[in-house]
Amino acid sequence: MATVRLSFSPAPVHVRTARLVGVAVARRAGVAEELLDEVRLAIGEACTRAVALHNQYGLADLVTVEMSDSDAYTVRVIDHAPIEASVGLTKLPPDELADESLTEDALTTGVGFALLAGFVDDLQVRPVDDGPGTEVRMVWPVQRR
Amino acid sequence: MELSLATRTVDEHTVLEVGGEVDVYTAPRLRERLVELVDSGVRSVVVDLGGVEFLDSTGLGVLVGAMKRLRVANGRFSLVCSKEALLKIFRITALDQVFPIFPTIEAATRGSDDSALS
Repeated sequence: MATVRLSFSPAPVHVRTARLVGVAVARRAGVAEELLDEVRLAIGEACTRAVALHNQYGLADLVTVEMSDSDAYTVRVIDHAPIEASVGLTKLPPDELADESLTEDALTTGVGFALLAGFVDDLQVRPVDDGPGTEVRMVWPVQRR
Repeated sequence: MELSLATRTVDEHTVLEVGGEVDVYTAPRLRERLVELVDSGVRSVVVDLGGVEFLDSTGLGVLVGAMKRLRVANGRFSLVCSKEALLKIFRITALDQVFPIFPTIEAATRGSDDSALS
């Protein structure tokens, strides 16, 4: 069951709000202080990806972020873009990163996945159960008070 | 914190001091400023990330874009960063092997790649 659910229109300005809420709930859930920067970055990356996909496909649907602290701190970022996403695209090698032919958007996408994969030990990217879309699911341990 | 941008000149280098949060919302302003600098004829840009509190993939994409733009113009692009949280981001993305990253503005403007962190 979600502790907090946030839905926002796919505009870049709202990604910061999602980060702030995600970190506030993480702190409240008991995620270690030293992990909060990583939580902030990972939620931001997942939301940035969702916003970019909605804009790319002209979707006005809301992006949803669900935060739950039942056993661990679980964050699900859900988009509705009609793509088959996976976490397969990870680290781009340095010579490719600096290559002239790589567009800024492609680089940002690759780097975004590298950050997600690098900062989140427990990460899953999978299709949503109903309709088109992807769920990025991230889990962090909590210290019980 | 909102993005802040300020430029100053050190010898032949233009230092762009960036502060606050660089993310999907604010990165276009950083891109715009960097493009303005290159288009105005600046050929050595040092981006000082000392005041940056948050940097995401969009911001990294803008920095790589600026570096490529300067490379085409036979210019020089470097970063100043000493914050471990940001350096970790560069390491994880392998961008520490793409950018010359210096610990201080003095080291960056001295121009010796030997003093780069990467």
